[in-house]
Amino acid sequence: MSDRPNRKPETGAFFARDRAWHAPALTPGYKTSVLRSPQRALLSLDSTISEITGPVFGHSMLGELDNDLIHNFAKPGESAIGERIVVHGRVLDERGRPVPGALVEFWQANAGGRYRHKKETYLAAIDPNFGGCGRAVTDEDGHYFFRTVRPGAYPWPNGVNDWRPAHIHFSIFGHGFAQRLITQMYFEGDPMIWKCPIVGTIPDRAAIEQLIAPLDWGNTIPMDSRAYKFDIILRGRRSTMFENRPEGN
Amino acid sequence: MAQELGYLKETPSQTAGPYVHIGLTPNFCNISGVYDSDLGTTMVNDKTLGERITVTGRVLDGAGSLVRDAVIEIWQADRSGLYNSPSEMRGTADPNFTGWGRCPTRAEDGVYSFETVKPGIVPYKDGRRMAPHITFWIVARGINIGLHTRMYFPEETEANAADPLLARIEHRERVATMIATKDGATYTFDIHLQGEKETVFLDI
Repeated sequence: MSDRPNRKPETGAFFARDRAWHAPALTPGYKTSVLRSPQRALLSLDSTISEITGPVFGHSMLGELDNDLIHNFAKPGESAIGERIVVHGRVLDERGRPVPGALVEFWQANAGGRYRHKKETYLAAIDPNFGGCGRAVTDEDGHYFFRTVRPGAYPWPNGVNDWRPAHIHFSIFGHGFAQRLITQMYFEGDPMIWKCPIVGTIPDRAAIEQLIAPLDWGNTIPMDSRAYKFDIILRGRRSTMFENRPEGN
Repeated sequence: MAQELGYLKETPSQTAGPYVHIGLTPNFCNISGVYDSDLGTTMVNDKTLGERITVTGRVLDGAGSLVRDAVIEIWQADRSGLYNSPSEMRGTADPNFTGWGRCPTRAEDGVYSFETVKPGIVPYKDGRRMAPHITFWIVARGINIGLHTRMYFPEETEANAADPLLARIEHRERVATMIATKDGATYTFDIHLQGEKETVFLDI
């Protein structure tokens, strides 16, 4: 990883996760969590070298269209149907420092709310030119961006009439395996957000708002795509003050 | 008033959902032509040093049913106990070993499987030795935040007895939930999300 050659790799342990900020494991309004949530307390431990370290992926792994969902599955000369948008933002840690070289993967339904997956049976049509996956690696300031179509809302068998708000799933690698995170991005102003049992697993309204990407008018490309900005915060890590061993473990 | 600490809050986790494969293992769910291959499928090559092993198992829910839509990632040291990571300052890990793998549980039988090498010993913070282990991270529909655990090796009786993490497990009968079973070069590690056999999960 040579995105920031002058910056020494950091080796401090991570800040403890605030588990009251995240959703608890058992959230009965989201029915599948009932049998898939541990009932025993988690075993707590300050990070060891097994979690301080983690895989890092270089830009060289990326294909040219990996961050262009409008074209990366489309036939030559064609493109996905839907509202064209750009999603961009930064990956930072809790100290506000950029996380360069972070692999960001994303997946989503098409403009009609239909996923390209054999388990999916929703009657909205598949778009023959839309796959629904993409990825990017952050630059030295932690920036990533991709182009896609805005996904549609879709119904799911939870309550009798539950619908997911329009959302894009994100998976992020920081520099340590303890930072590993999967989350979902929602769109500013979508009234479905506040009806969703999965959004509702998060207890704190301010935490939910952290998942809502605002329309970024300044970065809208005229006659082409509107832009949404979505910053992602990963766990911060301690400075290695007064550590006996330079590697900090 | 004191100064503001000025720290940001971590982005809250959300479930990976049932269609996690689209993003993390698109070729596995028949979305071909976007990526050459799914990331994390191969951890070793012909030149990788160390004892080749297979790590396999299933994920089960609180009713004992198979979780057929999970994705598991593992992270481990190489044969010499070094991590293939920029934060590894003790030496250079085997360049022919990624240390990281990703595998979905199969829809038919809920089984995951990794071809890897047995990891060496890595130190705990105070210099004590941790027993050889593989870090697991499990996501799926119904799991709101990824679950961390570790797999330890059954033949490492002495090292396991001295392991600083295993030593912290108050209810001693639960230690067994973190230890695989061995058959030749194959280690089986079933993960029980909930109930009587519930695996010990970590906040780490």
